[in-house]
Amino acid sequence: MSEFAEFRAEVAAWFRDNRPPEPDFLLPESFMEVGTEQQFEYLRAWQRKIWEAGYLGMAWPKEYGGGGQPQAMQDIVNAEMARQKVPFVPNTIGLNWAGPLILAIGTPAEKQRYIKNILSAEDIWCQGFSEPDNGSDLAATTTRATRDGDAYILNGAKIWTSLGSYAKYMILLARTEPGSKRYAGLSYFLVPMHTPGIETQPIRKLTGEYGFTQTFFRDARIPDDCLMGKEGEGWKIAMMTLTFERGASGGQAGGIARQALNVHDTVDLARLARRDGRPAIQDPLMRDQLVRFLIEDQGDRLTAARGAIPGLTSERPHAIPLSQKLRTSEHRRRLLQFALGLQGANAARWMGDANAREGGKWQRAYFNSFSSTIGGGTTQIQSNIVAERVLGLPKD
Amino acid sequence: MLSNRISFSGEQGMLLETAVGFCRERSPVSAVRALMGGADGFDPAVWAEMAALGWCGIAIPERFGGSGLGLAEVATVVEPMGRHLMATPFVSGQIAVQALLAGGHMALLPRIAQGAIATTAVFERDGDWDLAAIEATATRHGDHLRLEGVKTLVEHGGVAEIVLASVRLDGAPALAVLEGPFAGRMRAEAVIDETRRSFSLDLTGLEIPTASLITDPAAFIALRDAALLLSVAEAAGGIAGVLDVTVDYLNNRTAFGRKIGSYQSLKHACADILVGLERSRSHLYHAATLCGANEDAEVALRMAKAEASDVFANAGDRAVQFHGGFGFTWDCDAQLYLRRALWLQYSFGDAAHHRRKLADLLLGD
Repeated sequence: MSEFAEFRAEVAAWFRDNRPPEPDFLLPESFMEVGTEQQFEYLRAWQRKIWEAGYLGMAWPKEYGGGGQPQAMQDIVNAEMARQKVPFVPNTIGLNWAGPLILAIGTPAEKQRYIKNILSAEDIWCQGFSEPDNGSDLAATTTRATRDGDAYILNGAKIWTSLGSYAKYMILLARTEPGSKRYAGLSYFLVPMHTPGIETQPIRKLTGEYGFTQTFFRDARIPDDCLMGKEGEGWKIAMMTLTFERGASGGQAGGIARQALNVHDTVDLARLARRDGRPAIQDPLMRDQLVRFLIEDQGDRLTAARGAIPGLTSERPHAIPLSQKLRTSEHRRRLLQFALGLQGANAARWMGDANAREGGKWQRAYFNSFSSTIGGGTTQIQSNIVAERVLGLPKD
Repeated sequence: MLSNRISFSGEQGMLLETAVGFCRERSPVSAVRALMGGADGFDPAVWAEMAALGWCGIAIPERFGGSGLGLAEVATVVEPMGRHLMATPFVSGQIAVQALLAGGHMALLPRIAQGAIATTAVFERDGDWDLAAIEATATRHGDHLRLEGVKTLVEHGGVAEIVLASVRLDGAPALAVLEGPFAGRMRAEAVIDETRRSFSLDLTGLEIPTASLITDPAAFIALRDAALLLSVAEAAGGIAGVLDVTVDYLNNRTAFGRKIGSYQSLKHACADILVGLERSRSHLYHAATLCGANEDAEVALRMAKAEASDVFANAGDRAVQFHGGFGFTWDCDAQLYLRRALWLQYSFGDAAHHRRKLADLLLGD
């Protein structure tokens, strides 16, 4: 620990001195909420600045634009970014999904071509897994990739593409073997988004903001070297990508992916908000609720720590990873719902109102929390998964 | 930011493995039910085996005949006891051990390490959880103390050789270290958990040497911490046990042409219980880590107790409901877990009690 003490101090000082000025617009909470050019350019410049300072991709190979340093140093940077609550870095799919995957199984040419620009945010990446008709069920992918000489022709549609309008590349799951079912016959591509025949259409969210697109493929022709791995290996590679996303196998470039309101922010809010003529934090019922959330939050932090101890997870090794999303996304939704009530009558204000607490951040955060209780498999599907795959209960 | 440290030693790993096997074998539900009808409520042969395994002395220093480990290791063997509803005076004795150690009262430790049954007597008729709210008294008479008052909910009082009873001396809380026999002073109580035996203890007229009184407040903290940690360990084990019973039934019972476990209203409730189990075990082993390292564990213990006891009570409640008509019968094991869960919920503070204490610790006054 102490060997990095000096480094930690240096990092802390750098972020203190270089934090970008507070913008006069509301920043998004994560890469899933980037809805305006202004927000996008602000965050992209911030990522570039961090990379140029040497604080992003620190553990990635030097030859591809990384720092070639121990992961522990990147971890220190990440922790410091979270501690100082600086804005997040927006190229999440590149940094946490595509980048680690390309480093793990890509060719030297692919690493040369993609990695540095992922770090600098020169090339923004997006993800094409979910489809309009299939929701959480990735194995039901129907988007087709048909081989034609030295190219593939793409047809179909993807949905919930974050940063779709800004991305230069997409990681895409498509069916290469006509008539194949489920996991077989899928392949994995790195697709240039400027290809003719690819079109993105912004989706307006329940908050009124933009941030996702629907992506349409109409006879879009991409070179066959866009294929990752071999034909038919798409499912395997997609699952590998998800282990990077969940941080299970390390390898992420670092940085923080969201600037989210948490239980400690909620406690702070309770100190400011007033109820019956006194700070809300003095109300016994509010205190009881806050403590419930603190216990739950601590329970999930501790569960993450316990997950690394084989002797304490051996009976049901999948229980912790498979319940993680269920636990944390529902906790967050309920927490933010509660936080609105702390504001009294002002809970009814909305973004853009001069008197809304922190610009309406809390209201927006509650509405956006559904992105985690719905996206990537709804809470109800997650409960089925836990009951069936962890507890062994029968399918419907 | 609270610590999120959990350590789990190789010794704990071995103890857990041994205890899991031992409790499964020695405490099948048929044995649990048979002991429920008996007078002492536990099997002396199994108790002798536990003593022979060295469990009674886990947390007792080697120079007093123990193995010199700590409370974290004790919690590790208690978890599977909870899972199999084991009836045993183990926990009450280990709580007493911690109080004796913290109070510097070492004389009786070698006997406990050998298997002497010990317990604590800290509650009174009003059922107040505040360990400092004591009406029983000790008054000086020469070099002796004369005791007065009645303690209640004294676990295994009928067979205990050593009892630590809380009293007030000159207004300050103290622990009287009593040695049996207590013939005529212990009166059996009917309690919700029929795998337990509980007694009231009439102190009035007892005389003890002044040296048998622990006045160091650290002993009360150690007693409370041990009681909280070990009840969380029992509860965490109990949640896993009752979840097994429930899942097993849902996988076998058919209604309206389907296994009832395929209905999402039952399935999702089980997923929620699993989530509670995972969080409870994490709180347990974190609190055990802090206790084992002699660090301040109050926040961790109160969080663990609030979480695990609520989850266990809910899991027991749902287990009865999900067994349908069978759940309403004496023969269904769900009720045994519900009874255990409620005993644990209401001993040493329920969830709301601990959340109120936590609010003061974490949010300020």
